Amino acid sequence: MKDNHIAENEVATKNIKIAARDVQVYYGDTHAIKDVNVEIEDKTVTAFIGPSGCGKSTFLRCINRMNDTIDICRVVGDIRIDGEDIYDRKVDPVQLRAKVGMVFQKPNPFPKSIYDNVAYGPRIHGLARNKADLDDIVERALRRGAIWNEVKDRLDAPGTGLSGGQQQRLCIARAVATEPEVLLMDEPCSALDPIATAQVEELIDELRQNYSVVIVTHSMQQAARVSQKTAFFHLGNLVEFGDTDKIFTTPEDPRTESYITGRIG
Amino acid sequence: MPILWLFLIVSGIAIAGYYLGLARVMQSAGGDRRHMHSLPSYYGGNVAIKAAVPALLLMLVWLLVQPMIVNNSVSALIPDSAIDENSSRGLVLSEVRRAADGLNRAVAQGTMHADLANDPQADPDEVTSRLQDAGAIVTSQITRPILNAAQSYRQQTQRGNLLMSGAVIVLALLGALWGLRGAQADFRARNVVETAVKMLLIGAASIAILTTLGIVLSLVFNTIEFFRLYPASDFFFGTNWAPSFSGRGGSSDLGVLPLLWGTFYISVVALAVAIPIGLFAAVYLSEYASNGVRAVAKPLLEVLAGIPTIVYGLFALLTVGPLLVSVFGRDGLGIMQAGTAVITAGLVMGIMLIPFVSSLSDDIINAVPQAMRDGSYGLGATKSETIRQVVLPAALPGIVGAILLAASRAIGETMIVVLGAGAAARLSLNPFDAMTTVTAKIVSQLTGDADFASPEALVAFALGMTLFVITLALNVFALYIVRKYREQYD
Repeated sequence: MKDNHIAENEVATKNIKIAARDVQVYYGDTHAIKDVNVEIEDKTVTAFIGPSGCGKSTFLRCINRMNDTIDICRVVGDIRIDGEDIYDRKVDPVQLRAKVGMVFQKPNPFPKSIYDNVAYGPRIHGLARNKADLDDIVERALRRGAIWNEVKDRLDAPGTGLSGGQQQRLCIARAVATEPEVLLMDEPCSALDPIATAQVEELIDELRQNYSVVIVTHSMQQAARVSQKTAFFHLGNLVEFGDTDKIFTTPEDPRTESYITGRIG
Repeated sequence: MPILWLFLIVSGIAIAGYYLGLARVMQSAGGDRRHMHSLPSYYGGNVAIKAAVPALLLMLVWLLVQPMIVNNSVSALIPDSAIDENSSRGLVLSEVRRAADGLNRAVAQGTMHADLANDPQADPDEVTSRLQDAGAIVTSQITRPILNAAQSYRQQTQRGNLLMSGAVIVLALLGALWGLRGAQADFRARNVVETAVKMLLIGAASIAILTTLGIVLSLVFNTIEFFRLYPASDFFFGTNWAPSFSGRGGSSDLGVLPLLWGTFYISVVALAVAIPIGLFAAVYLSEYASNGVRAVAKPLLEVLAGIPTIVYGLFALLTVGPLLVSVFGRDGLGIMQAGTAVITAGLVMGIMLIPFVSSLSDDIINAVPQAMRDGSYGLGATKSETIRQVVLPAALPGIVGAILLAASRAIGETMIVVLGAGAAARLSLNPFDAMTTVTAKIVSQLTGDADFASPEALVAFALGMTLFVITLALNVFALYIVRKYREQYD
């Protein structure tokens, strides 16, 4: 359990990155998220677990305001990143999303070359001074996405031609290329086979050195493997939040225990 | 009339077969439909299909083949001496057919006794006058060879019809019996019926394809005929279009280049209007418009596609032309002579094409997966960056397809050109000049008293063929583009 060892070290230098207070989300008349309070630490992997439809993905999408693209969605409450309210009028959701990257459930590479996929974010945010700079950024991102060796000879090939696992790592590389501070992952391994999953999990562990990672997962083994903190959602409520090994060994709430032992879900 | 009756009889046999088949299979299954392989209606359908389909096919083939055989045998009866110098065997044969029809009608009306109609020694003059009294269209005096040929034609046709009726009814009955024999509980009637349905579908698809082939062939023969009368190099590379209708041959210049240039120029103007407006409208409708606006605006835009092109032509002639003249004409900039010009037709055609481009592009843009947009937004891209760099590139193959489709429409458009662009074929770069297109000239070459043996009329087919080849090439190219890039997302 080396992960837990590191986690204990970092608890000492606890540093709150994202703080949510009394968050409510409504889809039309449906009350999807109820009174969620959570504090997510920097340079930590936080896992959101819970049965389907419990609101974990919805809450994840609140953190970078992706829910803005859904017309009927309404968010109430207070979410702060580094103390700044992200639902404040002054905040531009476009800039927020550059700071809070996101990886989706299904790999969604753009219909462009591998290079252009990764260079997309740096280009629109003007992160590179020149072509050589951009090349460096792309290479670094692909290396961090653990896919550089597989694609370095065919950067001009379309990103859609890669296998599912490679596509997902490409999407992760694309997300880290914009140097976000927080990386949100919405079931990043649900479409992948066990080998690709292992690669992505390894990658998540490395990403923790630089970012705060929030991952939604249906696999409790995955949550136990990759995360230091775990939040259990049920029917729109945040039932329990704490250190991962505590949640999985001695949960306080009976609902959490029922879920992780497979009695509800 | 007998054919209608025959059809009704065969249908009757098929319907009776349906119910007999039902009854028989019910009996064989001991009245319990659960013991049958298929639903009862399939057994009935099996009998009906076996009764009707072979019989009707035989009828169809017979109806096609019998006139050919009869024509051949009758044609042999007419000696070469009976054919006039400036006439042909085909004309005489149609005279024979008219006379035979006349005899039929006269006998049916009772103005002529059947014996007289069949009498090979009958007086041609008398027959002619009787036929004219009966209202038959007989152009000239019937001669003896024609009369005899007509009588033979009539007899053979009657005999053939009788034979056909007998054969078809017998075949229908045999088919029904064959079907009824199979009406046993363990017979796989459903498979038979579904095979028949499949055949029907294949038939429908083949008719569509064969019709295309037929259209091409009808163009090909006339085109070949044209090139026999007029040198192909002069047609394809000639820069002058000046058909003459007074004298035959020699005096006409039939170069296609001015017409192709006019077609190309007007299409380019039209596409220059339609592509930006249509594409921007599509982007607005699919990405920015709220559902309410979209629900109203899209049908309104598509109304444009439903306006007949002649109405657009009137719009060009009465509104756009005069408007352009008032700006660019003698009172304005002085570079436009008259309302009919390339720019007039091009603008109006562009308006006509907007819904093609916008409606198709809108559907295609909507088909770009939301995941693609989310991916872009998730990286901090704005809406317009997402549309420009992700959505439009993903939709590009489809958009190119839509544009090429619009180009095909523009090239084939006729009425707007006739009314809006004038009739002068010329090679000019000035968009304020009157020009004309291939389609407009096809119309003008074939309207009026066209003599189908002269190059001036036959050139229309060569023009049609040229146009067909160009639009076909465009469509093939569009398909190629769409296929090549289609699997980019998903």
